[in-house]
Amino acid sequence: MTDMKGGAAVKVKTPTKGSERIPRIPFTREMKKDYTILIPMMAPIHFSLIKNVLTNSGYNVELLENCGPGVVEEGLKYVHNDTCYPALLVIGQMLDALKSGKYDLNKTALMISQTGGGCRASNYIFLLRRALKKAGYGQIPVVSLNVSGLEKNSGFSLTWPMLYQALAGLVYGDGLMALSNQVKAYEVKKGSADALVREWVAELGRQFNEKKGYSKKDMKANFQKMASDFNAISLDRKPKIKVGIVGEIYVKYASLGNNNLEDFLAEQDCEVMVPGLLDFMLYTVNGVPEKSRLYGGDKVQAMTYEAVSQYIQSMQDIMIDAIAAYPDFVAPSRFAHTKSLVKGVISTGCDMGEGWLLTAEMIELIQKGYGNIVCTQPFGCLPNHICGKGMIRKIRQMDERANIVPIDYDPSATRVNQENRIKLMLAVARENLEKMGESKKTPYLPDTAAPSHLNRSLPYHQWRRWRTEMASH
Amino acid sequence: MRIGLDIGSTTIKCVVLNRYDEVIYESYQRHYSQITESAAKLLRQLAEVLPNVKQAKLAISGSAGMGLAESLAIPFVQEVFGTRIAAGRLLPAADVIIELGGEDAKILFLTGGMEVRMNGSCAGGTGAFMDQMATLLEVNLDELNQMAERAEKVYTIASRCGVFAKSDIQPLLNQGARKEDVAASIFAAVVSQTIAGLAQGRPIKGGVVYLGGPLTFLSQLRASFDKSLHTTGLCPEHSLYFVALGAAYSAEERIELAGLAERLEDYSKTESYAFMAPLFADEEEYRDFRQRHEKAAVDFHEPAAETAGAYFGIDAGSTTIKMVMVDEEDRILCNSYQTNNGNPVPMVRQFLQEFYEAWPQIPIKGSAVTGYGEDIIRRAFRVDYGIVETVAHYKAAAHFMPEVDFIIDIGGQDIKCFKIKNKAIDNIFLNEACSSGCGSFLQTFANALGYGTEDFARLGLFGQRPVDLGSRCTVFMNSLVKQAQKDGASIENISAGLSISVVKNALYKVIRPTAAEPLGRHIVVQGGTFLNDGVLRAFEQELKTQVVRPTIAGLMGAYGAALYAKEQKEKIPNSKEGGKPGLLTIDELKAFSHAVASANCGLCSNHCQLTINTFSGGRRFISGNRCSRPITNKAEDHRLNLYEYKRRLLEEYRQKAAGKMGCDEEYPIFKDKVIGLPMGLNMYELLPFWQVFFNALGYRVMVSPASSRELYLKGQGSIPSDTICYPAKLMHGHIQYLLEQGVDVIFYPCMTYNLDEGLGDNHYNCPVVAYYPEVIAANEPGLERIKFIYDYLGLHRPKEFPLKIWQILWEKLDNKIGLQKVKKAAAKAYEELEKYRQKVEAKGHEIIAQARQEERQIIVLAGRPYHVDGEINHGIDQLIAGFGVAIITEDALSPLVEKHPGTVLNQWTYHSRLYAAAHYVGTQADMNLVQLVSFGCGVDAITTDEVNDILEENGKIYTQIKIDEIANLGAVRIRLRSLLAAVGGEKRDD
Repeated sequence: MTDMKGGAAVKVKTPTKGSERIPRIPFTREMKKDYTILIPMMAPIHFSLIKNVLTNSGYNVELLENCGPGVVEEGLKYVHNDTCYPALLVIGQMLDALKSGKYDLNKTALMISQTGGGCRASNYIFLLRRALKKAGYGQIPVVSLNVSGLEKNSGFSLTWPMLYQALAGLVYGDGLMALSNQVKAYEVKKGSADALVREWVAELGRQFNEKKGYSKKDMKANFQKMASDFNAISLDRKPKIKVGIVGEIYVKYASLGNNNLEDFLAEQDCEVMVPGLLDFMLYTVNGVPEKSRLYGGDKVQAMTYEAVSQYIQSMQDIMIDAIAAYPDFVAPSRFAHTKSLVKGVISTGCDMGEGWLLTAEMIELIQKGYGNIVCTQPFGCLPNHICGKGMIRKIRQMDERANIVPIDYDPSATRVNQENRIKLMLAVARENLEKMGESKKTPYLPDTAAPSHLNRSLPYHQWRRWRTEMASH
Repeated sequence: MRIGLDIGSTTIKCVVLNRYDEVIYESYQRHYSQITESAAKLLRQLAEVLPNVKQAKLAISGSAGMGLAESLAIPFVQEVFGTRIAAGRLLPAADVIIELGGEDAKILFLTGGMEVRMNGSCAGGTGAFMDQMATLLEVNLDELNQMAERAEKVYTIASRCGVFAKSDIQPLLNQGARKEDVAASIFAAVVSQTIAGLAQGRPIKGGVVYLGGPLTFLSQLRASFDKSLHTTGLCPEHSLYFVALGAAYSAEERIELAGLAERLEDYSKTESYAFMAPLFADEEEYRDFRQRHEKAAVDFHEPAAETAGAYFGIDAGSTTIKMVMVDEEDRILCNSYQTNNGNPVPMVRQFLQEFYEAWPQIPIKGSAVTGYGEDIIRRAFRVDYGIVETVAHYKAAAHFMPEVDFIIDIGGQDIKCFKIKNKAIDNIFLNEACSSGCGSFLQTFANALGYGTEDFARLGLFGQRPVDLGSRCTVFMNSLVKQAQKDGASIENISAGLSISVVKNALYKVIRPTAAEPLGRHIVVQGGTFLNDGVLRAFEQELKTQVVRPTIAGLMGAYGAALYAKEQKEKIPNSKEGGKPGLLTIDELKAFSHAVASANCGLCSNHCQLTINTFSGGRRFISGNRCSRPITNKAEDHRLNLYEYKRRLLEEYRQKAAGKMGCDEEYPIFKDKVIGLPMGLNMYELLPFWQVFFNALGYRVMVSPASSRELYLKGQGSIPSDTICYPAKLMHGHIQYLLEQGVDVIFYPCMTYNLDEGLGDNHYNCPVVAYYPEVIAANEPGLERIKFIYDYLGLHRPKEFPLKIWQILWEKLDNKIGLQKVKKAAAKAYEELEKYRQKVEAKGHEIIAQARQEERQIIVLAGRPYHVDGEINHGIDQLIAGFGVAIITEDALSPLVEKHPGTVLNQWTYHSRLYAAAHYVGTQADMNLVQLVSFGCGVDAITTDEVNDILEENGKIYTQIKIDEIANLGAVRIRLRSLLAAVGGEKRDD
């Protein structure tokens, strides 16, 4: 193919084809009939709603909730160990499921989302195929769930009704999540909020199946009822520590990824706020006009995306208005408002991974009274070095209420370590809560008057001399 | 009455306060990870000391106390918070508290905006880390402290985590560095880690207080902090007990003391941990196992007067030294296996001398040495051959199993695995610095728990519920084991669990095989760690196959070296010293002496810290050098090193930017503002572009210099994320440099996209390269004084670019600047960038042609453009060049390859070059690719697999080198020499 003796380098014409190494098995029309599509679980409320949408469209879908030690083990075995934790978990969960014997391997397909940004997450689907091949499941088709046209399959297409339903599903999911979280921590009868969420998920599934529930009119009615339902739950509103969770999208939502963070915080007697999934969607859409603004490019495309964004925001407004009608509830912010918060902190051009949205969510949470924040990320998550950990100093400079703890998640981080750091954040939070006079409980911090025994046990003269020396430096 | 219990990762502390909050009892004990037992014991002691107390306000704190508190329903106080409460009462004047514990490091900023910080999960241990280091030096902590007092110099030791530091220290010791200096260096590393990891840009000033065990007991550690912080901190009374005091002060709930100790013990009986199948079901199974493995034996033969000749093999490993004498029939005459105590030289001398004295009539016909200490031993004793470990091990393995196709060796610090194909080493897997520590890890652990290594290993054989520790890095393992102990795991089950996890580390972190592709059909295992039956059994269980462990598993390197010496001598009977074996004679041995001195090399700007070993007869061995100049005293040969060419070319641009080298004639400087450019990440390769662009607009440009350790230290205080890659961390230093130089403007744009070179599906930068300017802007306080331009720019759109940058410059730099002028400057800049590219490509081709003429191997040292920086790659290019091969970069080859489909989303410009270069290398017989990967690079988790696949598909060996702050080239040397040994390309002139 090339001249070896001739000394200088010669152009290579036909390099080997990677696609032959790991062939892509398409998901065909035929397969749609009797294949079961497995989807890894992330945000439970949202994904249950989306699952209903897919089921209504004639797909056999199952959400994977297996979470034993086998999941991580499979992931470590078949995925490069330095890859981000979410990829390792998601792929591990799928392989664990395939190996469980529950599924007919010749009638099973996998579905995974593909975002297509500059983050390595766009490569999950390729990592999954590589893992499947290594594990001997090369025959299993993988369906890419994307709206950017990265990969297409004849047997799976997002139709307009599906898209509408899915979008509405995301908005409903955000609403249900926001409402239930605010109620859950205070409900008199434990479990009422969760029960109500289940009822609504079922109800919305029924409505979608009858091609109802996703027009703006229906959404308005549903949301008003939903907010009123949650408002009706009887609460004991004693002040609690309010904690926000932000971070890389998978570890932020998935309990498998974050060692049941929400449950842990609930055990620690906190109210939890998790910013919605719709904002992430809007953030992705927003990237197109943003790029055109920064670097130039297709103006028509940019305007189309802007219009789409506006439309989705109008759906978001319905949810916000319904929740905001009850002053006891904190309603999510409109995307445009969230976006405006990062001005002077980070540019909206920073759009790999969670990008500026993560920073924006932290600021928004602080402004809404959720200044105690757990910032979750997989160990070595590149975008979060920038928009998470990298921005904490600036955020604190702006607002002293910020009490942020970044927590890394990976297969080798121990839960004890993570929880200990979160407890530190909570200890500071508790003190702040008590300082604000919201609680009658005796504060942790004892009075600062020097106790009598100090004269004996602490070398005060030494201390003072040292202090004077310090001052004169 | 208030009681505070602080159960840390290594110690348990207790204070009792009377009703006036006076301390009436305090106790500080190591718990040797027997947490529940120690806590119960402590409570019983308390009952004796305070016989009349039935109830007390009690709270528990400490990292190991959390679970305990929960299960006993005793209030828990987070330990940092506890410190803060105690400090608030006892030290109202303190501004900053630095507290080091067994595994945690904490900084509390008390004044000017209270903030508490704790090390991230990666930073590893501090106290435990120092314990580990002391074990390595074979001293206790007190002695370590005393040694540090007598230090003369400080070496740079990677401070990220224990494993890294260890791999820095070990070679230093092996090369004869003074232990005193190493001790001081360890403290300096801890200080550097604490400041870099925790201060994150916040200055530590005012009244500084030191708390916790290490800082209380180690005066030199305090001195090291003092020096680094330019202050004199205070270590107050009760400095060990602040956490316990905090817990006591916060205790609100009255707890019944009677029965508490019993409840503790009950809790530990639950054995509520995750466990695995036992190694052996019963004694009988173990017996069968032993019998099977005893078959792979080598003959031992008592030396006798009629023995015709002997061959001497030495394996100077990282922690142990192994020596064998082999006779003409490959039988072992005598052998030795011992820890090297940091200096292998006297052991070799003793072994050799004893042999000479016992068998004066047996001639030693040949000798060879391998391992970390190869160079020093070879020089000290005039050993005939120095060979790379992998070759030595293969030689030995082939003796037991000629058809061997896979060898795995787990030694003290390394895991080495290699595949054999056609009697040559085909593929090599070495552990990354991050997951190493296998053998010596088991040893350290055994010692920490109060056992000898062998006893500890034996205990594990019959543990019926081995703890599931997974596969993870040493530092994390510490806390996991503690957690398991807390949950009641017995020592037997922990030992078994550790053996299994060593195997899992080797398999899933280093080799990463899958059931679908077996490792090999004929597997030989060796190395000291496999002498542990538990590890061997776990390996067979995990692979579900039977392997061969030669009875001399620990001696294989030395045995292979001896066989190699024999083979060579049979080929070429006379060594180069005129027919006589080169090895020192008995007389020379008797007069042997060894002195060590340190010096700074002044031959170039690297200023390497050299360790000079001088042996009797004037033989010298110098280590610590990055290049051969201090040894040969000649300037290095850079003809065939494209890295060097690139560095020089970029340095020219740097000079030109400042208006030198005739540049001011081409582009007259007429603006008075000086623009600073930090030389790293996205700026590195684009320097030609920005130099011309700003010069053409009439600005003088100050470019920060090539990175160095000093530069890094300048900026390390403001790095917000301690796990980000080293190239990114260095940017803080570059910015500091520019600030110090007093530039008016620093220009460092964000760039989502790189230029589209048509090789991939997209042309992104990685998130760090793209957006690091945002991090700089948010974390460098100094930038508030000057103008920092870090807008988003898209060079990939040459049409729109001039307008976009004009808008930015007009707004932020000069509102008189004209668009036409900017357009012209941009055009010139694009032209210059193209010129630079062509120069690099042309030089690359020139080197290839020249190398082929001289029949030299060509190594494509592939990475990112900024890996060319000497501080980032730690002189790896020069090291490789020293083997007599040519070095080119990936971007010299990538233009020769057309766009191609891959199995990954090929969406980053720099990475698509990698894939292209790999494809190209696949078509060239005399080229091999070595990939440089920065630690923490998430993107490379994807690229490495793909590059590996591309190369393997074309029958090439894939070699990956992970680089970080780490400055140790020992592992790199093994890898490269093994690669070259496999392709037969080493050309050394010694």
